[in-house]
Amino acid sequence: MAAAYVYPKYSFRLPRGVVPGTGEVRVPLIVVGAGPIGLAAAIDAAQRGLEVVLLDDDDTVSVGSRGLCYAKRTIEILDRLGVGDPVVAKGVTWNTGRVFHRDDEVYHFDLLDTPGHQRPGMVNLQQYYLEEFLVDRAAALPQVTLCWKNKVVAARADADGATLDVETPSGNYRLRADWLIVADGARSPVRKMLGLDAEGRVFNDRFLIADVAMHADFPAERWFWFDPPFHRGQSVLLHRQADDIWRIDFQLGWNADPEAEKRPDRVIPRIRAMLDHQGYRDVDFSLEWVSVYTFQCRRMSHFRHGRVLFAGDAAHQVSPFGARGANSGIQDVDNLIWKLDLVMRGKASVGLLDSYDTERTAAADENILNSTRSTDFITPKSPTALRYRDATLQLAAHHAFARALVNSGRLSTPTHYWGSALCSPDRDDFDCLLRPGSPLDDAPVERDGEPGWLLRQLADGFTLMLFTDRPESMGAMLAEFAPLVDDAVPVRCVVISEQPGTLDGVVVLHDIQHFAAERYDAREGTAYLIRPDQHIAGRWRKPEIAGVRAAVARACGH
Amino acid sequence: MELNLEPHFSDPGRPTPYSHLAADAFYAELLQAHEGLNPEQSAMLDAKLVLLLANHIGDLDVLRAALRAGREDLEPQRGEPCCAEQTAACEGR
Repeated sequence: MAAAYVYPKYSFRLPRGVVPGTGEVRVPLIVVGAGPIGLAAAIDAAQRGLEVVLLDDDDTVSVGSRGLCYAKRTIEILDRLGVGDPVVAKGVTWNTGRVFHRDDEVYHFDLLDTPGHQRPGMVNLQQYYLEEFLVDRAAALPQVTLCWKNKVVAARADADGATLDVETPSGNYRLRADWLIVADGARSPVRKMLGLDAEGRVFNDRFLIADVAMHADFPAERWFWFDPPFHRGQSVLLHRQADDIWRIDFQLGWNADPEAEKRPDRVIPRIRAMLDHQGYRDVDFSLEWVSVYTFQCRRMSHFRHGRVLFAGDAAHQVSPFGARGANSGIQDVDNLIWKLDLVMRGKASVGLLDSYDTERTAAADENILNSTRSTDFITPKSPTALRYRDATLQLAAHHAFARALVNSGRLSTPTHYWGSALCSPDRDDFDCLLRPGSPLDDAPVERDGEPGWLLRQLADGFTLMLFTDRPESMGAMLAEFAPLVDDAVPVRCVVISEQPGTLDGVVVLHDIQHFAAERYDAREGTAYLIRPDQHIAGRWRKPEIAGVRAAVARACGH
Repeated sequence: MELNLEPHFSDPGRPTPYSHLAADAFYAELLQAHEGLNPEQSAMLDAKLVLLLANHIGDLDVLRAALRAGREDLEPQRGEPCCAEQTAACEGR
């Protein structure tokens, strides 16, 4: 058996300068909630040089696997935050998903990667590991003050910031912040304290989740059963996680008794029946963690309320099918922090933060739409819906079109902010999937002969990617754009070249397999302006500095 | 023309980078169309939809291929035919 995970116990501390029982202390930025989203927010802010106080009412990581699938775009963001490598090293990379209906496999799909990306399509990792890696990373950043056992018990917001009353083992104190990020999860006590709500749809269904330790030669695949013989009329989902822990989700129906269903004498026979049916009669297992959950698909009407910003489950909840919860929360952070940094430094007006609201509520709607449709397919609500689902599954055994209709979860994908006001619309013709607002597509590159990846070579701020055949031909163009690096919102140039070469003072990336040129439909002199969150702000066939500056201004909300 | 059995849904009015969205939207809207109907009305809606779409397709070679593909995996069950009188009449011939 795998050794059980040992939950770290983090030591309590107070924010710097706080003495319980004395007057309030003022700080620039507070993040509430040291889950994956709050930790990511604090790390991103600290990497940009902001001082941040992170408050959490507990002193350890999340119990049980909970969020478990991390998508390529999320791992790319985690790379920027310094934890991509440990997540991929510890996690289980998988590409194949199998869908079963009753006794038979209906079909399997392959996420197998379009080649030329550093990161795989999906990595499974228990949430506690992700949190542990993020905590370690935050501890290495002096700008982060991570305060465990600091429980927010009252919150008040006004035009200039927010005031929190905080309860700790060594007494209570009051903390005042210019900006507050609320990332305290789906129940979000702080959201309630501020009198705000999230609206949407409650699904009347219950699911049992079990983390199970076993040494079995199950492949690292996602298995989904519709109406299997070992769990008639319901669905079952199996995922492999790190440390020989498997995660199994059993749909129970609304009438199940959640307390009774959690008891080992109920759970163990369910798992035994699943293993026996799959031909693993000899495999022994032990339960690591069991929980019963229901879910909702809902969001707040706005994620920005003055100087209070909501992110992750506190702002929006989705059903678990498609792994769109933690993934979209990390993407909230990616979208928010560069904007907040510019606003806090006076380089952009407060209105830039409204684009966080616009872009991420649109993303939440996309995630809710996808996860709601998956839930409706998996758990049909009427005899008609059940008949269509079974008809789809029957056809799927024979025909590709029906396989495309089978919806056992549309796995998390990043939102393309195509309509965003921050994007400069195309004036030139481009023939590729990417458009202004799209997240960048990775590509293998070489820098000074060393192999690397495009996304890892971009600046933390704005980047202007300039495409060419030969770096030596870029002299005049670079001279034109060189002043951008000294602007109030600096833009760093990166040359992407079909031929190897070097240039003084400018990063040259050799597009060794021509993936970059192809994915960006690049020609000689094509330029892409990239936001700090690696989304495209604008692009040109014949760029001019005035146009690039206008696009930067637009991307900063001016 | 041959019956197209490859994924074919599109939503030109709503461009998206994700191809499954159009198929999922159709499926969701199909089920929405059934909402609030009793089983007989639902079956009637399905029948009308088949006729509407069949007329739109028109080509009988395609429609015959669809009839064959739809019938696959459905074994006739004695005892509870969908329409007893007609089955009896067919068997009588």
